[in-house]
Amino acid sequence: MKNLLAIVAAAILLSGCSANWGWYVVNPAIPKGMSNLEFLVSGLGYTVLLSVTAISISVVVGLLIALPGLAANRYLRGFNRVYVEGMRAIPILVLILWVYYGLPQVAGFTLTAFWAGVIALAVSDSAFEAEIFRAGIQSIDKGQFEAAHSISLSYTDTMRFVILPQAIRRILPALGNQLVYMLKMSSLVSIIGMQELTRKANELVVTEYRPLEIYTVLLLEYLVLILIVSAGVRWLERRMQADVRN
Amino acid sequence: MQTTDKWPIVSIRKVSKFFGDFQALKDVSLDVKLGERIVVCGPSGSGKSTLIRCINRLEKHEAGSILVDNVELNESRKGIDSIRTNIGMVFQQFHLFPHLTVLENLMLGPIRGRKMSKKDAKDIATRYLERVHIPEQANKFPRHLSGGQQQRVAIARALCMEPRIMLFDEPTSALDPEMINEVLDVMVELVNTGMTMICVTHEMGFARKVADKMVFMDHGEIVEMCEPEKFFTDPESNRCKNFLNKILHH
Repeated sequence: MKNLLAIVAAAILLSGCSANWGWYVVNPAIPKGMSNLEFLVSGLGYTVLLSVTAISISVVVGLLIALPGLAANRYLRGFNRVYVEGMRAIPILVLILWVYYGLPQVAGFTLTAFWAGVIALAVSDSAFEAEIFRAGIQSIDKGQFEAAHSISLSYTDTMRFVILPQAIRRILPALGNQLVYMLKMSSLVSIIGMQELTRKANELVVTEYRPLEIYTVLLLEYLVLILIVSAGVRWLERRMQADVRN
Repeated sequence: MQTTDKWPIVSIRKVSKFFGDFQALKDVSLDVKLGERIVVCGPSGSGKSTLIRCINRLEKHEAGSILVDNVELNESRKGIDSIRTNIGMVFQQFHLFPHLTVLENLMLGPIRGRKMSKKDAKDIATRYLERVHIPEQANKFPRHLSGGQQQRVAIARALCMEPRIMLFDEPTSALDPEMINEVLDVMVELVNTGMTMICVTHEMGFARKVADKMVFMDHGEIVEMCEPEKFFTDPESNRCKNFLNKILHH
């Protein structure tokens, strides 16, 4: 991993020797470059807030959609299928545009770019979360449900105290994947004017005419952000494992 | 909800159960009185597990009726409540909750199922853990216990609900041979307290020792039902004789 990063860094630096690069736009050693960098990084807060809000909502909605998918009743299962297949089929960008420009016409209220982005990302992701939860819950031994039944736990208690704590441990890597995916997809919300990382870069490119350097910094911003998230998810996995190992 | 001697605590009347085209139970009838110990045996696939799972409504019967404490088991709330307050169950594969400690396994039912306070639940859990002779394992996770210890925890977990009937579904079949006795010993002690039980097992020594009534099942039917003495010395049906020959002669 370290070697790979070194090679990437070397490649970027070496290609910087050619006449095509102009690192001065983002050179922290000069005032202009420093203020440009600050401008680029200033979108970080919204990117994180947008992604975290959206994934929090989509995890809850995903779980609520997954549960009917596990029911004995075929209409409940049908509802789950329709939701999952339907939402999964909509491109995120299209959904963002639809929620921001289209929905207010029928809903009678306007949404800020932030909430339109959150709703579009959350709804789109919830279909995937639902499938992850369904698979996780189905992977739990049937005997766990029966044991919970035999000590008089209600359906809600069975899920809350017996099934989900076990299922979530198993689906944690998949949930981490979705969070990474969400961080990346949040860049699409730039299209409706959300002042997150990608939007900031776009705006800077328009004033500086240096897309190569600015988008390279943008790439690195996402890379660092996602490496931090990955490390966090791994730490959480280890901690939950340790819980069981004691 | 006073149970008298007049009606049995569990009454099974002409119960049938299908899995697709396969008929797992055929017109099975069985009465269990309070304090009675019934051992059910028979070849695999004979319907014995299905029968006791129907009593706990882990399986739904399709014909006939099952009454627990004179309340019929069907979709109604009342039937489900009757199971909750009356029946404890022990499974072949223990089915302990792996993410909870032994003590938490025992406390979950009393707290969430019986709405007891945490303190009372802990008291009752500690008491029954002592009853199965492993109070020192309270704070371990199930995976750190031997099979025999796990099954004893499972028995204690069921007892924490203070049921009036205990159902055992082949409680020693998944155990290494040297651990079978520690579980059977706990069950014998339970019998000595007067607990009503229905036990599916092939431990014939245990059956002979504790059973009031032996039930032999084959192909979804009760083929033979009698006292243990007669069952082991002079069974009436050939199917039962064959079965006993197979499991008793080594």
